[in-house]
Parts: sequence; structure tokens; C-alpha cells
Amino acid sequence: MNYVGLFSALSAEAVVVLAAIMALTLDLAGLRNAAPARRRRIVGGFAGLGLLVAVVPLWTLWGSGSLALAHGTVVVNDLTRLFKMVVLTLSFLTVIISLDYDVGGHIGEYFATLLFGTVGMMVLVSTEELLTLFVALELTSLSLYILTAFHKSALRSQEAAVKYFMFGAISSAFLLFGLSYIVGVTGATNLRALAAPATPLLSVGLLFVLVGLGFKVAVVPFHLWAPDAYEGAPTPVTAFIATGSKVASFFVLTKLLVVGFAGLAGAAFWGNFVPGWVMIVALTGAASMVLGNAAAIVQSNVKRLLAYSSIAHAGYIFVGLAAATNYGVSAVLFYVIVYALANLGAFGVVAVLASRAGGEELKNFDGMARRSPLLSLLLLVFVLSLAGIPPLGGFFGKFYLFAAAIQRDSVNFGLLWLVVIAILMSAVSLYYYLIVLKHVYVHESDGERIRTPGYLNLTLAVIALAVVGMGVWPEPILALLKCLVERL
Amino acid sequence: MRPDWTIYLTFLGAGLILLLPRDAKNLIRWVALATGLAGLTVGLTGYFHYNDSFRDLIARTGSGFWHVVNVPWIPAIGAHYHLALDGINFPLVILNGFVCVTGILFSWNIETRTKEFFAFFLTLIAGVYGVFMAMDLFLLFVFYELAIIPKYFIIAIWGSTRKEYGAMKLVLYSFVGSALVFIGMLAIFFAAGGHSFDLLELAKTPVGRQVQIWVFPLIFAGFAVLAGMWPFHTWAPTGHVAAPTAASMLLAGVVMKLGSYGCFRAAMLLMPAGLEYWKWTIAVLAVIGIIYGAAVALVQKDFKFIIGYSSVSHMGFVLLGLATLNVTGMSGAVLQMFSHGIVASLLFAVVGRMVYDRTHTRQLDELGGLAKVIPFAAVTFVIAGAASMGMPGFSGFVAEIQVLIGAFQMSPWLAVSAAVGIPVTVAYILNALNKVFLDRDDAGHHGDGQDAHPTLPPISLPEIVAGVVLMALLVIIGLYPSIMLDMIKANVELFLKGLP
Repeated sequence: MNYVGLFSALSAEAVVVLAAIMALTLDLAGLRNAAPARRRRIVGGFAGLGLLVAVVPLWTLWGSGSLALAHGTVVVNDLTRLFKMVVLTLSFLTVIISLDYDVGGHIGEYFATLLFGTVGMMVLVSTEELLTLFVALELTSLSLYILTAFHKSALRSQEAAVKYFMFGAISSAFLLFGLSYIVGVTGATNLRALAAPATPLLSVGLLFVLVGLGFKVAVVPFHLWAPDAYEGAPTPVTAFIATGSKVASFFVLTKLLVVGFAGLAGAAFWGNFVPGWVMIVALTGAASMVLGNAAAIVQSNVKRLLAYSSIAHAGYIFVGLAAATNYGVSAVLFYVIVYALANLGAFGVVAVLASRAGGEELKNFDGMARRSPLLSLLLLVFVLSLAGIPPLGGFFGKFYLFAAAIQRDSVNFGLLWLVVIAILMSAVSLYYYLIVLKHVYVHESDGERIRTPGYLNLTLAVIALAVVGMGVWPEPILALLKCLVERL
Repeated sequence: MRPDWTIYLTFLGAGLILLLPRDAKNLIRWVALATGLAGLTVGLTGYFHYNDSFRDLIARTGSGFWHVVNVPWIPAIGAHYHLALDGINFPLVILNGFVCVTGILFSWNIETRTKEFFAFFLTLIAGVYGVFMAMDLFLLFVFYELAIIPKYFIIAIWGSTRKEYGAMKLVLYSFVGSALVFIGMLAIFFAAGGHSFDLLELAKTPVGRQVQIWVFPLIFAGFAVLAGMWPFHTWAPTGHVAAPTAASMLLAGVVMKLGSYGCFRAAMLLMPAGLEYWKWTIAVLAVIGIIYGAAVALVQKDFKFIIGYSSVSHMGFVLLGLATLNVTGMSGAVLQMFSHGIVASLLFAVVGRMVYDRTHTRQLDELGGLAKVIPFAAVTFVIAGAASMGMPGFSGFVAEIQVLIGAFQMSPWLAVSAAVGIPVTVAYILNALNKVFLDRDDAGHHGDGQDAHPTLPPISLPEIVAGVVLMALLVIIGLYPSIMLDMIKANVELFLKGLP
């Protein structure tokens, strides 16, 4: 094995690990006695810088071909580079939001854990080997459990972390158990070598893997941890769970199913269900859309509402995955990116405003349009993008997902039933998204005007611009994804 | 300036207003008015330019389209940024311009959150311009949905009478309608091969008959929800009543036309076989809407509900005319869209701005004798009412008589049933006129209007200007319909020949 080659392939990850360790050391060694706000700015700024530097090797090597090292343990090509950059960007934005958020006294640990989680996601994106996949997923998950518990004094945060951990541990067990079957049957640990005849044992293995990954992406019926974890975790962490970890998990899930288990796909056409992962994906997706949207309607806490909404969004993504075509895969990847940006933006606004307005209940956001006009406008953009209103990115993403499902069988429209559920559920979702905006824009309050730091306004505005841009002019990223997915 | 600048100028105006300080209310109003006028001017110059040359255009190209702009937008899914104008959507663009300007004038007295009001208002207007001009199904859908959200805020913030309920109902109805359109749009796109969303491309190669038969009702009904087609009309009265004046003008005057226009441009153009299959259903539902809307308007106690239901009735004429599939009926339908847009705007302006803003009541029993106090409102109501009931000399007559003739050609029974709506319209307009504006000696407590409403503020200049402009339009079209009807007819003929 060529260790120099391996190291250069993993140089971005190495930079992030280094930044994490240095941030931890910096905080422990030099800043113990400084004020928390100052410590957050310095340590967080350092962590953010590390994440930016990590983009450099990815950027300079862009287009330099694809490389699989150590039997697929590390695969670098433009698609993985792109998604590593996406993960780094999401992590960077989380760091920016965290600068302003009270995460308690363990500031060095907070940022270091955040970066370790990021490394886990990056490895997850770039591996095609099942064991490495599991290890990367565990690194990500363990970091997120710890981060969830960072509101040390709040009981809710502790409860959320324990719940998240319990569910996560069980799902990991499922995943590992399933992988053991798969490796046992096929004798291979590499995704691309799994092409074995569909034996019952392999199917059982696949089912267990689906259960395990279903927990990670929070689809019904494996979603129970999400609302509590989202509500209890510090808001920047919630944002990270809902975006970074989702992006990485969906990426690996898509690759695993479409590349590794193409032979076990089956079908979910109306009146013609063939057992296989497409059927499971279609059914769990439909259940997620219905349950997630229905449950979100009755929420009064914004974070909980967004938690249920993200369960519904996992369902929409599954519609594209159920197409099981290249078209579908590029739709899934496009949607994951635009969903992550809009969701991160929404959680960012909630984090900034809730800490100043005194709570995360909907009623705390009354009259926000007057108290903080800019952030309210940005929230409008993010929420309407999640609702799928043009000309925002969310609309186009949804359109592309549903188009992929129809395109799969454009003669008999076999997947139309799934698309009909998805579109009708989008109409339902508009109701609760408008409720959020109603509190912000329609209700009046006599609260003071809220001042927010300029760098946060700027960051969130840039995310909003990206969301608008991906709706108005999606062609560049669409063409890129299409071309990369061809070579998946 | 090319007509597509109506869209950009209006968006720019909305953006500019967002940048102004919120206390500079007069500046905001003037910027909004200037934006509205700019859009109208661009539209009108284009209109007269086109009106002079459309016969040449048809002779030369065989189609009546003035392709304003056509560039690839999202090649990956075959969407184009294609805006084009013809004799059918041009009158509607002009209508939107007039309703925008007069709506701003009638909203001159809005004092709460003026800045946000005009920003939302202009965003809505820009979206509507886009829908009318879009010649690409995907683009049309984008503009269509873009126009949904501002309505929610305009009604929920500045409305009255169960405003949050009315706003949510309106938006969810529109959104469910657009969900149906979305499904139909995807189906037709892929059934046609999945190459292009361009309406003219799609119209050239109609999809198979079986597909048309189930996709047609999806797209047609999806748009017809917004057109207030019975039985999907229930959002209309509540929405209109809850909305502030300018918004009810826009809703009844323009947004309902978005629906009927969408029915025509998306469903009828792309699916001739589906249209043939479903036309009787549409015609019957339209006639039910005409009679039902008029009958319900007759028994309303709330002045604004009368006008709200009258819109449902008049939109029935539009849908009936479209379903006749002959030149007379369809031209009448398009002219009715324009005519009813103006009539409804005027009526809602009378009810919402001239009467309600002054008396703070809309109950017929509590009003009376207003003709003496605000005579201008009474005159406006009489003229708009006359146009609404189809009095010769006003635009409503030209439009509705053609729809009835067209319907007669389709089936005499349809025409006779639809004509029942007209005397009922006369009855509810006269009823409202009597109770609101004239003295009612028998009622006792307002034997003298001066006592019932002793001190109402006089009609302001913006109201007079806007009212006169709209009334002039009704008379001009009524006396000289060919200014609009010629080009409508030319394009309807092309449509019926199978050329888009």
C-alpha cells in the first residue's frame, strides 16, 4: 500500500483533524480564563479557518481524475470531492452560527467534536468499503451524540442525547449485523464487488442495512428519535444533524443501493410490486411524507416543527431514490444540497432570533418582521424553499425529484402514485410553513427591535442567495451532477 | 421597450420599495404608482404596436405570436424562458396594468405597514404579468406559484372579516389546484417524450388520446379552481371579502383570469382530444356556476359578498365561452375576461374603498342613502353595475352576448339556461343599489341618508382618477369593441384551426 498516496488522497480530512486538535489545544492552553464569547470567537474562528483550508486540496485537485485506494477504502473522484466540499461548507456555516450561540463552557471540546464529526462525514462520502463505511458512520454519530448533550444544564438536552444515542446504537447494531450477512454471502467488503445472486440471506442483510441507515436519515418508521433530538440539542447542532449528517448519509445510502445492490432493486410500480429495496424505499418514503407533514401541522415549537418537516423531506428524497436511475440519483443529490442549505439557513435564523426573543416557540416569533426585518425576510426565503415555492431552489429540487420518478416509467406512469402522494403532501406542508410565516409577518408584538451581528446577517444572506440561485439558474450544478453521476 | 419589461420593472419597483425607509410612506406610494404606470405604459405601447401589425404577422408567419424572448433556461429539463404575446393574452396584460395602477390609487389610504403592502402587491403583479406572457409550461407554472404567496400576506395582514381564515383558504385552494397542474404537467411532458416544456412545441405533437383524457381534467381543474369554477369556487367569496380593497380588485379582476387563462393556454391548447371529451362537462359546470353565483348573490346581506358571488357567476360566462369551441363564443370569453376584470375591480373599489372604509360596515341593513353623501360612489356603482348586468353600450354586453350566441350554437339549452343568470344579476345589482345608495323610507331609521351617515369624508382625488379611468375603459370597449375584439378573434380562429 502506498501511504503517501493515501495521505494525499485524504489531505482534506487530515487538515480538518489537525484543525480540531489545534482548536482543542488552543482553548485548553491559552483561553481558559477568557470570557466565553471571546473564546467562542477565537476558537470558532480557528476551526472555521481550518475548514476553509481543507477545501484547498479538494479544489486544486478538481478534475484530476478518479482514484481508488486500498481496495476502495478511499475513493477520490470529482463527485466525492464535490460532496466533501458540500460537507465542509455546511460544517463551516454551522461553526459561524455557533459563534453567536451559548454552548456552555467547553468551547474547545465543542468545536473539536464538530470537526471530528465533519471528518466522519467526509470519509463516509469517499469510501466504498463496507467496514470503513461503518467506522465513518460511527465517528459521525458519536460526535453528534456528544454535541447534542452540550446544553449541560438543560435536562431536555440530556434526554435528547440519551434518546438519540440509544436509537443510534441500536441502528448501528442493525447495520453491522446486516453488513456481516452481506460480507458473509458475497465474500466481498467492497461495494462494487457485491454482485451476487439474490439469496434470501443477502436479502436479509440488505433489509438490516436499510433499517440501520433508515435510522440515520430519519424516515418513518425509524424517525422517533428525531423530534426530541432536534428540539433538545443546541440549535447549531440541530442544524448540523439536519443537514451535514443527512447529506452524507443520503449520499452513502444512494451509492450503496444504486451501485451495490442494483441486482436487488425490485420495483414499486402501481399494480406491479416486485420485492426489493425500491419497494421498501417507496413505501417508507410515502409513510414519511404523510406522517412527517401531518405531525408537523400540530407543532408549536419551531425546532420540532422543522424536525417533522425534515422527516417529510426524507420522504421526498426517497421518491427520487425509488426511481433508481441516473436521473433519479442526480435529482436526489441536487435536492439534498438545496434542502441542506435551506434547512441550515432556517435553523440559523431560529438560532439567532430565538436566543434573543426568549424561546423557540412559535409565539416567540410574533411580529419578528418588524423586530428584525432582514432575518425575517431570509426566513421567508428558507421556509418557502422548503415548502417548494418557485423560484426558490426547493421548488426546482422537488420538481426534479418527481420528474425522475415519472421518467422511470413514462409509458404506464407506474410511479405516479408516489408522486401524487408527494405533491399532495407538499400542499399540506405549505399550511404549516405559512403558520410559521404568519407568526413572523402577520402577528404583531410590542417587542423591541432585535440587533443581530453583521457577520451572521451576511452569512445567512449568502445562503439565501444560494437558495434563490439554485432555483433561478440550476443549470450549472445540474449539468455538473448529471455528468458526475454518469461515472458513478 | 419590449413588453417583457413589464415583469422586470414591476419586480424592480418591489425591490426598490424594500430599500426605502418604512416611514417615507408618501415616497413609497409614489414609487409604487410610478412602477405601475411604467408597466402599464410598456404594455400599452406594445399593445398598439401589435394591434397595428397583427394581421401582417399572421399572414407572414401563420401564427399570431409575437415572440418577445425565447432562450433556453434549464436545458436539462427542456425548460425555456419563452415569453410571447398574441391577441388573447395581450388584453389580459393590459388589464393587469390597469388594475395595478388603479389598485394602487385605491390603496392610497393604507397607513399600516405601507412599505410591505406595496412590496407584496407589486410582487404579485409581476408574477401575474409573467403568467400571462409565459409560453413555456414550466415557466408559466413558476410564475403562477410565485403569484400565490403574496396573496396570503396581503389578505392576512391588511384584510378584514376572518382574514387569516380567508387567506389560508385561498392559498391552500390555489396550491392544491397547482398541485393538480403539477401532476398533469409532469405527465404530459414525459408522455410527449420529455424534450421540451415549450407550449408551442408540445402543442405540435399532442400526446395520445387516452393520456389526454385523464390529464386534461387535472390541468383544467387545477387552473379552474382559481377561475372560481363551481364547485371549486368556495375560496372566492371568503377570499374576496377578507381581502383589502386593492387585493379584492386584483383577486377578482386579475387572479381569477389567471385561472381561466391557464385553462385555455395549458389544458385546451395542449390536449384537443381531451377538450373534445370533456367540453360538455365544462359547459354544464359553467352554467351551474352562472346561475348559482347569481342566485346566491341575490340573498346576501353583506355588500361585499354580493360582489364576491357575482364574480363566480361572471367567471361562469368565461368558462362557458371557452367550452363552446367556436369563434364567437371563445372570443366572447376572452373579452369577458377583460371586461369582468374591469367591472369587478370597480365594484370592489366601491364596496371596499368608497363605502366600507368610510362607513366601516358592509351590512345592507345598516347602509342607506349614500347617494346623497358620496354621489361619486353611487355613479360608479351604477355604471359598473350596468356593465355587470350586460347593458348595451358597456363592455359586458359585447362579451356576454357573444358567449350566449356561441353557446346557442353548441346547444340552445345551454344558452337559455345561462341567460337565466342575467335577470338575476339585474335583480341583485338593483337590490344593492337600492339598499346602499338610495333612501329607504319604509325602513324608518334611515329615511334620510344624511342622518344615517352624517359625516363621511369626501371622495378623494386618487379614487376619482382611478374610478374614471376604469369607467372610461368600460365605455370605450362597449362602444368600440373591435379595438380588442379583432385581434382576439384572429387568434381564436387560428386556435380553432389547430394552429396555436
